[in-house]
Amino acid sequence: MPSPSDRLFTKTHEWIKIEGATASVGLTEFAVHAIKDIVFIELPRVGRALEAGKPFGVVESVKAVFDLNAPLAGTVAAVNGGVEADFTPLASDPYGAGWLLRLTHVTGDQSALMDGAAYDRFCAQEHH
Amino acid sequence: MPVSYGPIGPEHLATRQAAGLFDIGHMGQILVDGPRSLEFLQALTTNDVSRLGDGRMQYSLLPNENGGLHDDIIVTRLAQGSYYVVVNASNTEADLAWMLSKAPSFGVRVALWPKQTLLALQGPLSQDILQPLVSSPLDSLAYYHLRRESVCGHQALVSRSGYTGEDGFEISIPESAAEEVWLKLLAGGDAKPVGLGARNTLRLEMAYPLYGHEIDAEQNPYGAGLGWVIKPDKGDFVGKSPMLASKNTAGRRLAGFRLVDRGVARDGYAVVDASGANVGQVTSGAPSPSLDNAGIGLAYVPAALAAVGGRIHIDVRGRALAADIVKTPFVPSKVRKNV
Repeated sequence: MPSPSDRLFTKTHEWIKIEGATASVGLTEFAVHAIKDIVFIELPRVGRALEAGKPFGVVESVKAVFDLNAPLAGTVAAVNGGVEADFTPLASDPYGAGWLLRLTHVTGDQSALMDGAAYDRFCAQEHH
Repeated sequence: MPVSYGPIGPEHLATRQAAGLFDIGHMGQILVDGPRSLEFLQALTTNDVSRLGDGRMQYSLLPNENGGLHDDIIVTRLAQGSYYVVVNASNTEADLAWMLSKAPSFGVRVALWPKQTLLALQGPLSQDILQPLVSSPLDSLAYYHLRRESVCGHQALVSRSGYTGEDGFEISIPESAAEEVWLKLLAGGDAKPVGLGARNTLRLEMAYPLYGHEIDAEQNPYGAGLGWVIKPDKGDFVGKSPMLASKNTAGRRLAGFRLVDRGVARDGYAVVDASGANVGQVTSGAPSPSLDNAGIGLAYVPAALAAVGGRIHIDVRGRALAADIVKTPFVPSKVRKNV
């Protein structure tokens, strides 16, 4: 499945869907499938200011730990607590019900991010 | 052997609840032969090889001259003057070179078993799955015993042993027979192929050591809790003096921990005191699939902190998370000690 065209992607496999000065952030389908065995997700508290490219949380799998990095700067306005308790939506609907954060005051350089088609090419290369 | 065939958690739980099949052909299988092979193995290993009768297996250590370890191994007596030694994959070449360097003075033959591979079938259904493929009743094969068996018509060594804490078998067969035996063991649908990831979490729940983590070339094996396989009374062996000298020095002790809150403390994370100073190190850490993914692990800590019931703190990416020192194994062992 091609990645959606209505959002931007990082090389560390987060997505951001920007709507004006607010945005939602999540983990891509590619990443969720690569991690496979999520046992624990740690997300920031509402109100925290995120820096672009810096870790805002972690995903722990049985085998390893993965940082979650902020695609752009912003302030955490909401956290998907449901996903922290039950990872099912993250795997079944990573671009919808599996969202992780909603941000406000989103700023930063979008040119460092990829669109869906570029991200799919990036994953195909990384996979080889 | 892949890290996993699918998600690790289900592979782990399938082994605990039904059966898991492991391709452990990467492990080294070494044959030692000659009239003085007992003497040779007594000098090169820490356990007392003279206690082994035919078909008896023994967990043991292969020490270096400084009292640290080349490896941890399993020694089996096939017959008088004939032994079968299984060593860790990553140490096979070095172990073999070490043994070959010592072999001439004992006049023994040491050789890697060519074109031979190893499978492990582990879990409560193991015997039911394996029985139809072998020629004699497995019920009479006791824990840590091995015998020659015909498996699907192929000559094999079958032992009741493993690295998971479950009842189960290890099956040494010619490589040419491996695919057929592998497929037949899976054919009934009760056993699931299991990879290295679950092999690690299964052994960690049993607090079994892993070379390169709990033990290595420097670590004194007494501190790793392996005094039970060191038999100084049997006579001299490589590294005996420095190993015994370090036995009673107050050093770090290996302890099992369980994080109080959610999280995972992984290999290499620091154990810290109240001021944040580094006082120890996690050697293996993972979520425990059997314990609802609680963060469990093994860590070297000062002897004063190693008692069960104590509390330590582990630096988990900048946060000091509390962990309780707990009794190991973390889950009860189900190995079948009695036939």
